[in-house]
Amino acid sequence: METKNKIRVLIAKPGLDGHDKGAKIVALALRDAGMEVIYSGLHQTLDQIIQTATQEAVDVIGLSIMSGAHLPICEKLMTMMKEKGLEDICLTVGGVIPHQDIPRLKQIGVSAVFPGGTSFEDIVFGMNKLFE
Amino acid sequence: MIRLIDDNNPKAFSLLKQLYPHSGNAFIIGITGSPGVGKSTLIDALIFEFRKLDLKIAVIAVDPTSPFSGGAILGDRLRMQRHASDEKVFIRSMASRGQKGGLSRATKDAAIVLSAMGYEIIIIETVGAGQAEFDIASVAHSIGIVTIPGTGDGIQAVKAGILEIGDIFIVNKNDRPDAQAAVLELKMMLSMRNSNTLGQILNQAPRDKFEICPQKGCSTWAPRVLKTIAQNGTGVKELADTFLSHFDFMKKNNILDLKKKELERIYFNSLLKDLAMGKIELFMQESMDFKDALNQIEAGLVDPITAAEHVVNHLMVTRNLKVQDN
Ligand code: B12
Ligand SMILES: Nc1nc2c(ncn2[C@@H]2O[C@H](COP(=O)(O)OP(=O)(O)OP(=O)(O)O)[C@@H](O)[C@H]2O)c(=O)[nH]1
Ligand SMILES: [Mg+2]
Repeated sequence: METKNKIRVLIAKPGLDGHDKGAKIVALALRDAGMEVIYSGLHQTLDQIIQTATQEAVDVIGLSIMSGAHLPICEKLMTMMKEKGLEDICLTVGGVIPHQDIPRLKQIGVSAVFPGGTSFEDIVFGMNKLFE
Repeated sequence: MIRLIDDNNPKAFSLLKQLYPHSGNAFIIGITGSPGVGKSTLIDALIFEFRKLDLKIAVIAVDPTSPFSGGAILGDRLRMQRHASDEKVFIRSMASRGQKGGLSRATKDAAIVLSAMGYEIIIIETVGAGQAEFDIASVAHSIGIVTIPGTGDGIQAVKAGILEIGDIFIVNKNDRPDAQAAVLELKMMLSMRNSNTLGQILNQAPRDKFEICPQKGCSTWAPRVLKTIAQNGTGVKELADTFLSHFDFMKKNNILDLKKKELERIYFNSLLKDLAMGKIELFMQESMDFKDALNQIEAGLVDPITAAEHVVNHLMVTRNLKVQDN
C-alpha cells in the first residue's frame, strides 16, 4: 500500500456559480475510487485555487464549472499555474461544457474534460489514466 | 515536501534530517473532539485571532481514510477557506491512510517541516475517534478538547481517558441551550481529575503525557474550560490568549523543555519501531520459516498463534538474539 502513491485531487468551484451537486458527488466517487480529495467549496478565486493546490501538493486540479465561463477560467488558471511552476499538476474540468469546446480546452492545456452526463466509471478511469 | 512524507518516500528521511535542527521553535497545538463539534470552524476563528498578532500559522488537518476504498474526502479545509490567500497561513490536509507509524509519526514529520519553514504556531486537527486523540498527545505541546452542549450529557461527549490529556476544554456551539450545564459538568469532572485519589488512578492511563509533568516544585497547569461560538468568533480571542498563556506558563516553569524532550523520545521510539519493524518484517517474510508457517496454517496443521511464536523464536535463535522476557 505504501509503494503506490495516492492520487490527490483538489475539487474547486471557481467564481459565483453555485451549482455544487456535481462537484460533491464527483468528490465522493473519487474517494470511493481510492483517491484523496480536497474539496475547497464554492466561490473560489483563482488565487485561492492556486494557493490551495500548492499547499496541498495535489496531483490534479478538478474544476467544476456550470456557468459557461470554462474557457476564460481555464485559460487564466493555466497561465497562473505556469507562472507558479505548477505545470506538473493536471488541470481537469467538468460541468456544463459543450462538446465543441473540448478541443479548445485541450489546446489551452487542460488534461481531461468530463462534461455533464459522463459516468463515474469514465471519470475514475480518466483520472487514473493521467498517471499511467 | 510533506508530500514525500505522506507517500513514505525514501527521500523524505534525508530531508527530515536536514530540517530537524531548525524545527524546534514552533508552538504545537492539538485540537481534537468528536466529529462535527466544530473543530475546523474553531481553528478558522483561531487563525483569525493569531493573525491579528501577526503570527505565522500552519494547520495540519487530519481526516480519516476510508478503510474500504483507501480514499478520503479532506473537508476540514473547507471551513478555513477565508485564509486561503493569506501567505502567512499554511493549511495542509492529511488523510490518516494506514500510516506506518500511526498518525503521530505522520503529523510529527509534517510538523517538523512546517516548523522549519518558520511557522510559529502549528495547529493539528484530529477527529476524536479511537486512538487519534492519544496520538496527538505525543506531538502537541498544548491540547484543546472540543465538546458541545446538549448532546445528552457533557460526560458522554468527553470520552473516557480524554479528560487527562486536555489542557484547555472548549464548549463550542455556546449559542445552543445547556452550554452552562456542560461547562459545570466538565469543571466538576476536571476537579476530580485533579483530586488525589482519582487523579492517581487516572494518571495511569495515558502514560506519555503524565510522566512529563508536573515535576516536584514546578507548579501545575490547571486545565481551563472555555465557551465559544466558533461560527461568529465569540470567545475565540480568549481561547487564543489562553493557548498563548499556556505556552508562556510552560516556558516559565520549565515544563516546555521537559515536554519537548519527552516528545522527542516518543518520536525516536516510533522511528525505531518503523525502521526496525519494516526491515525485520521483510526479512521474516523472505525466510523459509515464514513460508512454511503460512502453508501449515493454510492446511490447518498449526494455529496462527503457535506459528507466529515459532517463526519469531526461530529467528531469535538463528540470529543469536536474546531478549529478557517479562
Ligand atoms: C440542479 C440545477 C440547479 C440547482 C443547483 C443545486 C446545487 N446545489 O447544485 C439550482 C436550482 C439551485 C440551480 C440554480 C441555477 N441554475 Co441551474 N441547473 C441545475 C441542473 C438542472 C442540474 C445540475 C446538476 O446538479 N446536475 C447533476 C450533476 C451530478 O451533474 P454535473 O454537475 O453536470 O456533473 C457531472 C459532470 O459535469 C461531471 N463533473 C462536474 N463537475 C466536475 C468536476 C470534476 C473534477 C470532474 C472530474 C467531473 C465533474 O461529473 C458529473 C457526473 O457526470 C442544470 C442543468 C444541467 N443539464 O446541467 C442547470 C443549469 C446548470 N442551471 C443553469 C442556470 C442558468 C441556473 C441559474 C442561474 C438560474 C437562475 N436564473 O436563477 C441558477 C444559478 C444558481 C447559482 N447560484 O449559481 C443553467 C446554466 C446555463 C449555462 N451554463 O449557460 C443550466 C445548464 C440549465 C440550463 N440549461 O439553462 N440550478
Ligand atoms: N450553532 C453552531 N454551529 C457551529 C458552531 N461551530 C461550528 N458549527 C457548525 O457545526 C458544523 C460542523 O463544523 P466543523 O467545523 O466542520 O466540525 P468539525 O469538528 O471540524 O467536524 P469534523 O472535522 O467532520 O469532525 C458546521 O455546520 C458548522 O457550521 C457554533 O459555535 N455554533
Ligand atoms: Mg473538521
